[in-house]
Amino acid sequence: MSAFSAQKWEKLFQNIDLFIQGFGTTLYIVLLGLLLSLVLGAIFGVISTSHNKVLRGIARVYVEFFQNTPLLVQIFFLYNALPYVGVFIPVKTIGIVGVGIYHGAYMAEIVRTGIEATPKGQRDAADSQGFSYVQTMLYIILPQALKVMLPPLTNVAANLIKNTSILAIIAGGDLMYQADSFASSTLAYGPAYVVVGILYFIICFPLARLSGYLERKFGATPKPKDYTALLSAYGMGKGAAK
Amino acid sequence: MNELMNAFESVFTRSNIFYMFRGLGVTLYVALISVILSIIFGTILALFRAYGNKFLKGFSVAYIELFRNTPNLLWVLAIRFMVRMPEPFDAPMYSGILAFTLFTSAVMAEIVRGGLNSVHAGQFEAAYSQGFNFFQTMVFIILPQCYKAIVPAMLSQVITVIKDTSFLAQVAIEEFFNNSKWIMSAQIDSTVNQSMRVFIIFGFVALVYFIINFTLSCIVRNSRKKQEA
Repeated sequence: MSAFSAQKWEKLFQNIDLFIQGFGTTLYIVLLGLLLSLVLGAIFGVISTSHNKVLRGIARVYVEFFQNTPLLVQIFFLYNALPYVGVFIPVKTIGIVGVGIYHGAYMAEIVRTGIEATPKGQRDAADSQGFSYVQTMLYIILPQALKVMLPPLTNVAANLIKNTSILAIIAGGDLMYQADSFASSTLAYGPAYVVVGILYFIICFPLARLSGYLERKFGATPKPKDYTALLSAYGMGKGAAK
Repeated sequence: MNELMNAFESVFTRSNIFYMFRGLGVTLYVALISVILSIIFGTILALFRAYGNKFLKGFSVAYIELFRNTPNLLWVLAIRFMVRMPEPFDAPMYSGILAFTLFTSAVMAEIVRGGLNSVHAGQFEAAYSQGFNFFQTMVFIILPQCYKAIVPAMLSQVITVIKDTSFLAQVAIEEFFNNSKWIMSAQIDSTVNQSMRVFIIFGFVALVYFIINFTLSCIVRNSRKKQEA
């Protein structure tokens, strides 16, 4: 197991600052990126259910374009192509804007389905009470849609966290980048990847649990059935006949 | 206008087009093989999780949680730099396939689990009453219904895999984005219209990914609609 030798671990702990710094950068990009994606998701999700054809069209183009092209290509465009026309964006900003816009498209789809799942009578009732469009959305539709939206939204949030690792490719100074540059300069690939894996796991795992909890709570997915009796009939599972 | 035509001509030479489409072939090949393998392993993991004994269930849960909560790029790098692939599979492309299979299997397992949960319990009882054993029940009764229910979710995952294979450019696997980047760097020669050519290539790359993935997402939407109807 020379890939995980003691010297390599030692090197890693001498340079643990790098990893902590990268972790901080990743968290910073995640928080702002998440905020941006939620705002974009809410805006485009709402306008994709509006009656205005032009607005709906804009939302459609946004969602389809960003969902159907790779995030890496989008980020590379910001990083590599825009400088040719004199636009220089700092790399952390590229990270925030890149993951924010990309995942915003996924959030928008979730918001749209959430709104469409709310019974139409709710909107009619709000109309009859003289609510404006914005008021109807804010006070009547979105609070109800939130239940349907929350579990998939936390899923997208977890994906956003994982996808910030792409910034490593454009020297974004994030966790993955620090680990990768540390690994290639010291050849301590094994320990570097293990530590990075653990750090990403620490942020993503609670979100995954939250998503599972919300799904069970709001019943978005069918509950697992109890097959114990059936399985024991087959001579399998917990209650199997000995 | 003339300048634009010149830029197009210098980007889309016969050899450049050939090089990019050869990359696209690798992209689609890696995605296809990874998805097929992931569906197989994902199904096995899901079955372990749903019906396995304590050990198999524990393994499956640990595997799924590990891969779902760490970035795909981490596995791409770790496998490329740390795993020596055995003889017939020692081309760089295969380490990409391995990374994507490991990662996507966990996602597929979760999708299949959702599908298994959607199959009505009465189906088990009916199969059992007809004398099917567990294996037969799964293969002939449960899994066909399960797969039918999860076609849209699986296809969405295929889109994700096709997009994410662009990560392989980072480990010098000659897929579509990698090859396009090479052509891009060959276009950077400090002449006036180099920026135009870089933009043309980016546009072309985005367009190719878009056409493939948009087609797939239209299929996803249609099959969702059909299921709801």
